[in-house]
This record gives sequence, C-alpha cells and structure tokens, in this order.
Amino acid sequence: MNSNQTGDEIQRLIDLLAKLPGLGPRSGRRAALHLIKKRDLLLEPLARAMAEVADKVTECAVCGAVDTRDPCSICCDPERKADAICVVEEAGDLWALERTGAFKGRYHVLGGVLSALDGVGPEDLRIPELAQRASDPAITEIVLALNATVDGQTTAYYIADALEGSNVSVSGLAQGVPVGGELDYLDDGTISAAFRQRKTF
Amino acid sequence: MTLALRTLRLIAFRSYARADLDVGANVIALAGPNGAGKTNILEAVSLLAPGRGLRRAQPTDFARTQAGVGWSVTATLDTPTDPTLLWTGAEPEQRRTAKRDEKTVSVLSLGRIARILWLTPALDRVFAEGPAERRRFLDRIALSFAPEHAEHASRYEKAMRDRNRLLKDGISDPRWMSALEAQLVEAGMGMAAGRRTALAGLLAAQDEESAFPRADAVLEGEFEEETPDAETYRARLFDARPRDGLAGRTLFGPHRSDLAVRYAAKDTPASACSTGEQKALLVSLILANARALTAQTSAPPILLLDEIAAHFDAGRRALLFAEIETLGAQAWMTGTEWALFEALGSSAQRFTVKEDEAGSVVEPA
Repeated sequence: MNSNQTGDEIQRLIDLLAKLPGLGPRSGRRAALHLIKKRDLLLEPLARAMAEVADKVTECAVCGAVDTRDPCSICCDPERKADAICVVEEAGDLWALERTGAFKGRYHVLGGVLSALDGVGPEDLRIPELAQRASDPAITEIVLALNATVDGQTTAYYIADALEGSNVSVSGLAQGVPVGGELDYLDDGTISAAFRQRKTF
Repeated sequence: MTLALRTLRLIAFRSYARADLDVGANVIALAGPNGAGKTNILEAVSLLAPGRGLRRAQPTDFARTQAGVGWSVTATLDTPTDPTLLWTGAEPEQRRTAKRDEKTVSVLSLGRIARILWLTPALDRVFAEGPAERRRFLDRIALSFAPEHAEHASRYEKAMRDRNRLLKDGISDPRWMSALEAQLVEAGMGMAAGRRTALAGLLAAQDEESAFPRADAVLEGEFEEETPDAETYRARLFDARPRDGLAGRTLFGPHRSDLAVRYAAKDTPASACSTGEQKALLVSLILANARALTAQTSAPPILLLDEIAAHFDAGRRALLFAEIETLGAQAWMTGTEWALFEALGSSAQRFTVKEDEAGSVVEPA
C-alpha cells in the first residue's frame, strides 16, 4: 500500500507501527487498520496514553530504570529491601526479573554491556554510579543479573573487579538445568555448570 | 542399534520447492548431473545437526526464493532409543529454529540427537590450504564428539575479536582487558581440551585392517607446546599485552594451532601426498571419527559423502562401500553417474536427481 491509496497521515501511522519490534510492513498495516476500526476503544486511548508517557517518561537518577517519576517507583518503595542491588543490562531485564517476584531489593540498570566491537566502553555504562551506590554502608549485596553472553559476562567480571575491596558481597546468576529440563537433553557445558553450582538440600 | 533417517521432507529449500524421500536402506546413492540439486539434499540432512550445514552457508541462503517464504527440513529419525521427529527451518530473515517431536529445542541440542559427519569436495584441499581450514576441520570433529565445542569456539572468537579491538584502538583499560582475557581463557581452555580429546579419540579409532591409510596427526603451535593451565594462560595473555598491542592482535592461543597430518605408512606430510592419497586420508579420518562415535554413543553417526567417488578408482570405491557397510552407518552419497556406484549391493537405495522448470526433483531410480 502506498500513500495514493490512503492519506499521508494513515501511511505515516503504518510506517511507524511497522518499525515496532516484532512488526513489519504487513503487520503494521493490520495494526493500523485494527486501531482505526476501534477508534474509541483503542486508537484514541492509545494516542492519549502515548502522549502522556512521552510527556512524563524519564530515567531514574538513582538506578537508571525508566518510569514516569524520578526517583522511580521501585527506588521510592519503602517495602523494598534497602541492602541489596540487582544489576541488569536493560530496563527489559528489570521487568523480566520483576515478573518473577524473586528479588525484593532495588535495581541498577547499566544501559548496555561492554562491547569493544560495538564501541561500548565502561564510560558509556552506569558503572561509576553503581560504585557510588555500592559505597553506601547500607548496601551489603550486589547481584549481577547479566546475560550469559561473552559481553554480559565480561561486564559482570569488570564490575566484580571494580567492586573488589568494597564491603559488599558480589554474586552472579547461576547457570544450569532449566525448570522442567531433562538432563539427557542438555548439553555437557550446561550440565557441568549446573553441577559446579549444585545446591544443598 | 541404528541412527538413520527414515523420511526426509524439504520445503522451499534451495533448489527444491518440495521433496519427499522415504528411506528404507542404510546406504543411499543420489545420482544426477552437476547442479541438479544432489548436494542440496545432503545439506538439508546436515542441518539436522547444529551449525551452518555442510556448505557453511549464510542463514539466508537456504530459502528457495529470496523473499517471503520460509524453508524447512523435516525428518523422522530412528535412534537407539525411539523414533524421533526432527524439524528445522526458518521464517524469512529469521534465525533457524529446531523442534524435536514438535517441541521447540535449541539448535545446539540437535547435536546430541543426530550425530552427522560429512566429507565434501571443499575439504579436498584441506591439507594444502592454511591452518585455519584444518582447525575448522578438527573443530567439526570435536563438535561431533561434544556439541558444546561450538559454544566454546564461538565465545572464544567473540572474546578475541573484542580483545583485538582494544589492542588495535590502543585502549588501555587493564580492568576491561582482564575481563575479556578471563572470557578468552575460559573458552580457550574448553576449546583446546575439546580438540585434544577429539584428536585422541580419532587416532585411537583408526583401524589397522582398513583399506584406507593410517594418518598420524598432531596439534602444533606455541599453545599446544605449552598446554598452559588456566592461570598460566591468563598470566601469558597479561604479559603479552605490550607485544599484542604492537601487533594489534592476540598472538598466543589455540586460534594459532595447526593440525599436522602425515601419511603414516610413507611418513610423508599429507600436503605432499597425491590428490588421491589426500582424499584417502580424509576418508580414513572420517571413518575413524565414525568408529569413535559409534563406541561413544552406541550407534554409528550418519555419513554424508558428497562426490565421494571422485579421485577413487573402482577398486578403492568397492573397498569404501564395504567399510561403510561394516560400520553399519547410514551413508548418503552423491555422484554424477550410476557407474560410480556399481559396486554397491542391491540393498542400497538409489535416487535420481534432476532439474526441471519448477526446480529440482528427486525420485527413486
């Protein structure tokens, strides 16, 4: 479809929707059509919600998470444990961890991971801010919840090294048998990692 | 105990719009003119193992048409335990995924189900070319023994390229360097160990009775001579920073090793042997690999032998077919004419491959 079949405004909407993750030109058109059909129910509320977020969204000055308030909801929550910080790469990882409810402390979003090939160095990440937070005597534990990729683990190693000498315990996520996983289907590397990190019953 | 494909279905794969093969035999011969699509069938089978297949193709090369349609390869596989339905394929522009019995599994985990070895004409020059080709050849063998070898190798490559970039750009951040070297050492130790284990297994599995020549093979290079432990290796990289900085790259590690192969009976380097002898050495190594895997997993791997008959006279061909039969492996072979497969018994299954306007067609001969 091109703009001589629809007005420029609709075409612009389609083009923008097509840029969303998981969408392409075809699904962009479908999404646009769906929004138009549900003008009252979807299109207008969505437009308002987007305008509002665009107006208010900000990065938390403490942890780097995205929220509409600064400091963010998690940093302000008095119910959260104040002695533990979980370090993640991106806001999406924070949300993934929050979905589990497994961690009750506060977060630190790095905004990326070290990658020499992509030109991302320590100065591009929120590492100094983390060191600053870690120097607070109230903080006793830092969990490095970074991806098991080379970049993720290089960054974890870098941070652990940078925090050496401070009075916090630094840990990383375990690697091993997935929930519901069968040993026979796992590769040897995963099995041996799981074995090394075995737990006491 | 068998590991054998019983059905194979290709959809929108390379030159095939669709192909269905019912396989009843252990030895499968595919004959047809050059460019008809024989190797594409073997490549499809090779994708039932992890990696980029026997052509080391780019992910976008598999789809029949460049735009719009995804490709897939489906196979039923008799394994020592149960028959298994394997599927691999990709949507346009997406990475390939895999399913086992309709449950999504990682592509890497395919390596634990279908052990597949191959020999292609591209390997004919492996002894004459640079060490990178031989390392790749050995890595492929190591991967057949331990699928996680691929993971070590790709992590090593990535960490090294990152380290090289820091060196080249003159970025002096000792902490960052140490973090990368820790990754490099972990992956490098895993990779080097995998190669050594594979090579030892391979050499031990060479059969004195075989009609194919025994190969002597050793890993050469600074890293292999020193075989450092993790701590020494890290210290070595640390100390080498100034020297590596001048070179702009990492000069010590398993990425610099070479596989030196000799024709044992003649005590001659493989690179100095005739083309036919080099091919015979390759066949010898691949058969040893298959025997070692048989001992390890209790079922012989599937063999893909592309244009295998080239370089061999009728006598050698007959001996090769006999050895494959003794091994009990399912072997898929291609050739340009039926005469090359004359020595195959009547138990072998023969398919003709040809090309018409709609693409490649494969049918029982």
